[in-house]
Amino acid sequence: MSTIIQRPSLIAMFAFMLIFLFAVPQFTEIYIINNLTVFAVMATMALSLALVWGFGGILSLGHSVFFGIGGYAYAIAVLNTGDSTFPILLGILLPVLLACLLGYFMFYGRISDIYLAVITLTVSLICYHLIVSTSGGQWRIGKAAIGGYNGIPGLPPINLPGDPSQRLGFVGKYYLAIAVMFAAYFFIRWLLETRFGRVTVSIRENETRSELLGYDVRAYKLAVYAIGAGLAGLAGVLYANWGGFISPVVFNIFFTAQIIVWVMVGGLGTLVGPMLAAVAIQYLVTVLGAAATSEIKAAVTIFGFKLELKNFLDSNIVLGMIFIVFTLFIPKGVVPFIRDRIEQARAAKIHQPGGPDAGP
Amino acid sequence: MDFAGIIVIQVLFAVASLALISLGLAIIFGMMRVINFAHGEFLMMGGFTTLMLFNAGVNLWVSMFVAAPLIVGVFGLVVERLIVRPLYGRLFETVLATWGLSLLMIGIASVTVGYYEASMKVPFGSVTIGDYTESGYTFFVIGLAIVILIGAYVGLRYTQFGLLARGTMQNPEMAASLGVNISRVYATTFFVGSALSGLAGAVLTPLVSVSPVIGFSYIARAFITVIGGGAVALTGTITASGLFGSVSQVVAFITTPVVGEVALLVTAIVLIRLMPEGITGRFLRRGL
Repeated sequence: MSTIIQRPSLIAMFAFMLIFLFAVPQFTEIYIINNLTVFAVMATMALSLALVWGFGGILSLGHSVFFGIGGYAYAIAVLNTGDSTFPILLGILLPVLLACLLGYFMFYGRISDIYLAVITLTVSLICYHLIVSTSGGQWRIGKAAIGGYNGIPGLPPINLPGDPSQRLGFVGKYYLAIAVMFAAYFFIRWLLETRFGRVTVSIRENETRSELLGYDVRAYKLAVYAIGAGLAGLAGVLYANWGGFISPVVFNIFFTAQIIVWVMVGGLGTLVGPMLAAVAIQYLVTVLGAAATSEIKAAVTIFGFKLELKNFLDSNIVLGMIFIVFTLFIPKGVVPFIRDRIEQARAAKIHQPGGPDAGP
Repeated sequence: MDFAGIIVIQVLFAVASLALISLGLAIIFGMMRVINFAHGEFLMMGGFTTLMLFNAGVNLWVSMFVAAPLIVGVFGLVVERLIVRPLYGRLFETVLATWGLSLLMIGIASVTVGYYEASMKVPFGSVTIGDYTESGYTFFVIGLAIVILIGAYVGLRYTQFGLLARGTMQNPEMAASLGVNISRVYATTFFVGSALSGLAGAVLTPLVSVSPVIGFSYIARAFITVIGGGAVALTGTITASGLFGSVSQVVAFITTPVVGEVALLVTAIVLIRLMPEGITGRFLRRGL
């Protein structure tokens, strides 16, 4: 946090943003508040992967699995208990447990990064298949039917601890999501300042060296992975709370790909970047989703096959293009890219011929 | 007795189809240390090619054994040149770029062919074993997998290209300094791997309903097989698909296919804890 305190302009900007976000419900309609709520949830999710991948160096491709399990744990528990306090805790705890279990096998097995990426993605894919297969009425846990592809509808919103009659409305959900997002941001900033955070970053920079300095690399990686999973679970809880609904879509490959895109586009090793990218890309996907239902059609005939272009702004095409273009041309992401450009411009000014330190 | 026979055939079929869908991926991974995340979509492309050509009146076997491997192989060459080669040696970036390609291909497939409704009749009719019947195509897939694996063995063991490819895999710098054009070896490897994926997608076409997202039903299993098998492509594929195919098929028999898939995943995770570099990282390291 020291960097923020050193820059007054940043404090002013931050304060302005905070006031603006808290004032939003005063002058906008429910629809916009609702959208902003889910943006905040997604930004929280982006923070989770920004920590695990950007600072922990763990390419967890199937990160949505923790989001999904958090959401499902909350949904099933809240339908059974009615009070939301315990389900929220469960929605954080279960992903942490899964991360510890999975992490034990992966980090203590010392598998290579590429294997880790593949395994995490596969876990997410198989969770998707598993949940989709639970469509029959016999698949229920207590009072909650898991519902297969259709998911679990009609979840009650979060209530005041111990008082199920006091439930959050749209505005309440909005404030909660915003508060959690900021809390998560500052929590990670704090974590990175601690000894633990510094060791984690050093492991990302050079695993062998950290190990030779006596740090148990496996334990640190497991811990940062578990913390990220808990945060992702919390985001999943808020997501289920937001729509009153959870479905296996949260486990599918498009959602997990989106999370990766947020962090990659925003910039590895930054926190603000992935948050902003999450909001921007979520907005883009919402717009494209709306466009997909409208009729943008064209037909092309190639070699006698008549191909109907249903809507060529398909969100997969856009996501895929972002992936390829960014990895090939802006691999560091937008925020570091801009930072580098600014620093280059500054350096160019200093190193001008005849400038203060013009070399021979 | 008949029931036991059916189980054996089903397990063999599970192993064979696992080997088929993984071999292309495994060859590319083994030779180039590149995991092609668009592998499922390469299979999808093979499937669509076969289906569309067949419905346009082309002979089934021509579209399956000639057109699909060729088209997907050439597509693989283009992908290697444009996406894989600029990122060679950077594993993370290759994963991300090929994953982007995967999404792009799904998007393009759903925008163009979409949910193509046509399917085809399964060739060869059925075979009766006691009280049970089994599709003749099952035997065809098992036989084909054996032929392809033997073909890959012969190709790697006895041909000029196989020798160069193995040399390049063991020590790229040394191979290059001895005058091997390693870019060309990589390109050819990618072509062969993609063509095999196209062929696998094509061969499975009569058994599945091809759609833009069909890749998902393949890749989880293919990834696990390749990782479980390790870096030695052929031996790894055979051993891992033998192990995982049997486990998942037996569990699927007792419960449901989805639980079989979960059992496959759990087996794989336990396996990599014990052998972090896959089966061939510990045993049979000198295989092909």
